Amino acid sequence: MSPKSAKNLDTVKHAEQTPEAEQPWAELGLKREEYDRVRDILGRRPTGAELAMYSVMWSEHCSYKSSKVHLKQFGEKAPTEGPGAEAMLVGIGEQAGVVDVGQGYAVTFKVESHNHPSYVEPYQGAATGIGGIVRDIIAMGARPVAVMDPLRFGAADHPDTKRVLPGVVAGIGGYGNCLGLPNIGGEVVFDACYQGNPLVNALCVGVMKHEDIHLAKAAGTGNKVVLYGARTGGDGIGGASILASETFADTSAADAAGKKPSKRPAVQVGDPFQEKLLIECTLEAFHADLVVGIQDLGAAGLSCATSELASNGSGGMRVELDDVPLRDSSLSPEEILMSESQERMCAVVEPGKVGRFLEICEKWEVTATVIGEVTEGERLEIFWHDEKIVDVDPRTVAHEGPVYQRPYARPSWQDALQADDPARLARPADGKELRAAALALVSSPNQAAKSWITDQYDRYVLGDTVLAQPEDSGMIRIDAESGLGVAVSTDGNGRYAKLDPYEGARLALAESYRNVAATGARPLAVTDCLNFGSPEDPDAMWQFAEACRGLADACRELGTPVTGGNVSLYNQTGEAAIHPTPVVGVLGVIDDVARRTPMAFKDEGHLVYLLGETRNELGGSAWSQVAHGHLGGTPPKVDLERERLLAEILIAASRDGMVDAAHDISDGGVIQALAESCLKGGKGARVIVPDSMDPFVFLFSESQGRALVAIPRSEEVRFTDMCAARGMPAARVGVVDGEDLEIQGQFTLPLAELREAHEATLPDLFG
Amino acid sequence: MTTRIGVVTFPGSLDDRDAQRAIRIAGAEPVPLWHRDRDLHQVDAVVLPGGFSYGDYLRCGAIARFSPVMEPLVEQAKAGMPVLGICNGFQVLCESHLLPGALTRNDHLHFLCRDQRLAVENADTAWTSDYTAGQEITVPLKNGEGGYVADERTLDALEAEGRVVFRYLGGNPNGSRRDIAGITNEAGNVVGLMPHPEHAVETLTGPTTDGLGFFTSVLKNLVTA
Repeated sequence: MSPKSAKNLDTVKHAEQTPEAEQPWAELGLKREEYDRVRDILGRRPTGAELAMYSVMWSEHCSYKSSKVHLKQFGEKAPTEGPGAEAMLVGIGEQAGVVDVGQGYAVTFKVESHNHPSYVEPYQGAATGIGGIVRDIIAMGARPVAVMDPLRFGAADHPDTKRVLPGVVAGIGGYGNCLGLPNIGGEVVFDACYQGNPLVNALCVGVMKHEDIHLAKAAGTGNKVVLYGARTGGDGIGGASILASETFADTSAADAAGKKPSKRPAVQVGDPFQEKLLIECTLEAFHADLVVGIQDLGAAGLSCATSELASNGSGGMRVELDDVPLRDSSLSPEEILMSESQERMCAVVEPGKVGRFLEICEKWEVTATVIGEVTEGERLEIFWHDEKIVDVDPRTVAHEGPVYQRPYARPSWQDALQADDPARLARPADGKELRAAALALVSSPNQAAKSWITDQYDRYVLGDTVLAQPEDSGMIRIDAESGLGVAVSTDGNGRYAKLDPYEGARLALAESYRNVAATGARPLAVTDCLNFGSPEDPDAMWQFAEACRGLADACRELGTPVTGGNVSLYNQTGEAAIHPTPVVGVLGVIDDVARRTPMAFKDEGHLVYLLGETRNELGGSAWSQVAHGHLGGTPPKVDLERERLLAEILIAASRDGMVDAAHDISDGGVIQALAESCLKGGKGARVIVPDSMDPFVFLFSESQGRALVAIPRSEEVRFTDMCAARGMPAARVGVVDGEDLEIQGQFTLPLAELREAHEATLPDLFG
Repeated sequence: MTTRIGVVTFPGSLDDRDAQRAIRIAGAEPVPLWHRDRDLHQVDAVVLPGGFSYGDYLRCGAIARFSPVMEPLVEQAKAGMPVLGICNGFQVLCESHLLPGALTRNDHLHFLCRDQRLAVENADTAWTSDYTAGQEITVPLKNGEGGYVADERTLDALEAEGRVVFRYLGGNPNGSRRDIAGITNEAGNVVGLMPHPEHAVETLTGPTTDGLGFFTSVLKNLVTA
């Protein structure tokens, strides 16, 4: 029998009459006590449709039930003064945070994960990851202006990486390029720990005027609820559950509910062309002042959009599911509510403006339908064939899900891991061995050039890209007249975080902050994507708790508030969790993008200075991984005051035109930074190891709070005076010159040889 | 009187604002044209911009070619109005038979974004007169379906008539026959190419300003016409 035939329909009335009917709550991912709580809230058993809504909205992915208690710190510890705090216009809790960048402009940015779908179906998983984050940005009223993708894959030479990586890269390019958004940066990291759990995070930046900021809420009795965009199909049903499920064997929830629809993919399929139309249509409707509230349809589809819009507003909502345009007429009401078909949005529009709203949709050839209205009272009521199938308090669905205090404890192996100091590892003994180590480092998959990947992304479209990968951060011009711009970087080092998750999270922020400052922009605000193992594993939960504590502390110390982000848990196959991987995105502002500092050594004769202090710090380093396959000891020390000082120096040097190039020093150390700056500019450098420093430590240590800068001789005195006055260690280590990277007294690397080593790795692996 | 150059926006056009910016920087007035427009609003020339019109579904440019705006455009192009098709715009021009041949999937099957060296082989078209024949320029290239193909006779004719306007230098990026990056019609008023001159008009956002010559060329030709 068809599940949609009215006589079989599980209506509210039917649920009241059959209190003892068996329900597949466990198959839908609910725990016994969660199901009991739904019954308590409703005072009866839920209907099938209600059960579907609660199960997806109370899933880990939608409800943050395991992470909430730790995420609170980002609000509680948020800096209350300084430029970051003053710039916050919209904070955590909305679809994306909004930051004031001056001249009447506001910027919204957010990073999200699409990890599990990208492992199942790399192309569509990665593509729809872009689609989802872009809709979050347009829902705030902003025009998306750039995307970035922090990626983590399994071992570069593992056969499955050859399946996952090309698909993910093609998906990001296929969707983002067709959408017309420049891809300006991100990361690509390989490590065997991500083999069964690759991380595909996506960040989007949007720009708007202050007066255009919109929040998702359904206010005003009688206002219409308009669903627009793609038609609703059977794709992605139960996606929200699979996103946060322990194993992918938990198949389609609708299947488990005994409804037996045809098997459909739980990963959604993207249509970037539809999304492009959605951007233009939404922004035009915003600018015509036709919208009260707006929400994108992502995880949990209509269940999420209607319950969140209603619970953020003042009244209730009545929805007629029969009016939802369908791609597949056989869908049951539960499936319509749970479908995660992409490229859909929901707007709340005053009745008098509905006509104009629909006209704009028609102009862009976007399907738009009134599916309901805002009602008095506080109930969300959903009807199917004139029968009421949902009658809930939307707040209990959207905001009052379960909250767990998951047990956590410092793993038993943590001490042994930290005790395994890299000091025991054999180090290069002479210039010849240093040379070999340098070549091995710059050609290793993690340190090699990523252009094989990033050349598949359009970095030019929209015409405002001032800096893009491999620069320290991407930079976008916002105002052509004044030159106002923003810079964004994303960073995270899972190896550091494995050694010490508290410090690892602080290091991720420090690096991202430094990367933004290196280009001359002032860091203002943070978005984070927290990728961890199972919250039900006390080891992984401890890593998560420590990382949250570390990031919240560091954000307060640096004065950069967290504006929003995303948590991805269950990145674990059996006992093997990924390295704890907090990815931190930092947004900075620059008054005039013409003042930007690029990373390339371009001009012969410019002096190379090393800013900061170099210590013997090789725990978690790229060298220890490349040379010895080692991970142990403690990560480099974080000194946030030093990071702040370094940023001040780099920003002042950019503003006053003292430096020609700057490059952050992070994984791979000084040798990696030198190689990248030389190759980018096509110029060599003669470098002298500072007196009293061990050449190996000088070249390979990953001490924090450092950068390389190239300075015209005419600016040397002014620059060194500034560093001395502010207490910033600055050592002249060389000069831009010739066709070789020469470490005097140690070794010489012709640029051609260096380039071949650095650039051939990824094409050889994946080309 | 300022010269007015139209830029057509199809659903899925992406580089339309960039083309408008380039026109403005060159000193002309950009006029947005909508794909449903049935006339060209008295513009002096038209740019068909890059992007993915209609999502590139069916075949790149195959649906856009039936847009209402294409009817007056084809008519006026045949009457001598300068028309430039960039990337997706080039694909639309081929689909509309204003230019011969077709664009196919890159031979390496990947989307490719890079700064591309080009040789200007014909500096007598409406869009290239500010260059000199043999000049080398560098502008961004970014496409997934940029492989230019035509039958041998057409290719020979294009070569013989000097209608190959641009050729790739430093390696063929997509498998285009005879390294062809851009071509013109017999009259020299319609030019199509895969690379993006409109993304090389400012030092801040482009690799060079080599692309500006397209727009200054047409401006001069229209003013002196």
